[in-house]
Amino acid sequence: MTPLTHAETVALALSLKVSLVGVVCSLPFAIGCAWLLARTRFFGKPLFEGMLLLPLILPPVVTGYILLIVFGHHGAIGRLLDAAGLSIAFRWTGAALAAAVMAFPLLVVALRNAFESVDRKLEHAAATLGAGAWRIFFAVTLPLSLRGLVAGLALAFARAFGEFGATITFVSSIPGQTRTLPIALYELISMPGGESGALRLTLVAVIVALLASLIAAMLLLRGGTRHEAEA
Amino acid sequence: MISIDITLARGEFTLELALNSDARALALFGHSGCGKTSTLLAIAGLLRPRRGRIEIDGHVLFDAARRIDLSPARRDLGVVFQDARLFPHLSVRDNLRFGMPRSAPAAAFDGAVQLLELAGLLKRRPAQLSGGQARRVAIGRALLRQPRALLLDEPLANLHREARAEVLEHLRGLKRELALTTILVSHQPDEVSALADAVAIIDDGRMAALHAGTAFSAMHATPGPGYASTEPQAAR
Repeated sequence: MTPLTHAETVALALSLKVSLVGVVCSLPFAIGCAWLLARTRFFGKPLFEGMLLLPLILPPVVTGYILLIVFGHHGAIGRLLDAAGLSIAFRWTGAALAAAVMAFPLLVVALRNAFESVDRKLEHAAATLGAGAWRIFFAVTLPLSLRGLVAGLALAFARAFGEFGATITFVSSIPGQTRTLPIALYELISMPGGESGALRLTLVAVIVALLASLIAAMLLLRGGTRHEAEA
Repeated sequence: MISIDITLARGEFTLELALNSDARALALFGHSGCGKTSTLLAIAGLLRPRRGRIEIDGHVLFDAARRIDLSPARRDLGVVFQDARLFPHLSVRDNLRFGMPRSAPAAAFDGAVQLLELAGLLKRRPAQLSGGQARRVAIGRALLRQPRALLLDEPLANLHREARAEVLEHLRGLKRELALTTILVSHQPDEVSALADAVAIIDDGRMAALHAGTAFSAMHATPGPGYASTEPQAAR
């Protein structure tokens, strides 16, 4: 099999960048939402949870179209971003937003499970030792959730890397800007003579997805036991 | 001075406790599920009474009428839980330092380590400790908080005979060397006799009697069948 062409390499590099930026940027929001779900009770929680999980359930094209309506040049937020010179429609940053939105639910679910697996008695012990809510979170809850967090990041990265429908709907396919690996693959499949390129990209996609799921599975298995007060 | 007057509901169980004691070391003694641990958790701020007032050595920790309810972090109490609750991701050294105030002198750390014989354990993780060692680290961690009072919840529960003797000896040493108000929860007469100056007998969520430590020891020189149980306590 021949090595990747320049266009394929660009698509791969763009996919890696878009997925990485998307997942890293969504991490603080995912941590906040997961903590709210794991540790608090409030009115409308089931609705809040349902809305967070919506990108998992909705057809990706619908999510992409909603992003276009909101963040496009004529969208409520898109106009503000345009005015500030931060336009994201039809740019790689838009692709990163689409990837982040699609991967967000996976990250939230993994983090929520990780937070819920931390024994609350340890948090109570920390409180009696003078720790406030932030210190309890950063010194106890988060470190004890680390495996779940990294596993969630790996899964979310894999989901973002494979994102297609929402991305092509929101930011189209612009080489070097928004033509990520799945979009490049789709175009190669649709093009006469594109089979060998499609095969190469398929192989790359399989390897990246396998690596991510392997990391996630290893961490989840190793972190399978609850973190409880020891002794 | 320990002054407690609270009503606390947990499911179908209601604790209605009123006690005043000027003992330096007070034990809450009673059968499993009588409300001892609930009282201790209410003092620590981990359970909220429906009504009442909790005051230790002149500091009001909870007063429903005056809407005072200090958070656990602001009560300045050292709590030793029955299950140690050491942080599994931290070394013994970091567990001990967790609650130390920034203003605490470095000698305080060394003093606690020496008093509880923890020097050889500092680099270990909690998973590498025996039950008795973990309990000693938990006591050290609570002491290094430099609390105004120490709360001990069944500090010798679920320990085998040697570990029990080891921790009891250290607690006796603490009582001798530190003038610290201590509230001990226990259902073991020997433990109470060894550590308490006064004993509040709790029965089904109510105060049944308040004895001087010496009187309690005399009464329980031969433990009765009801109070001799070594079964783990329900954390009611």
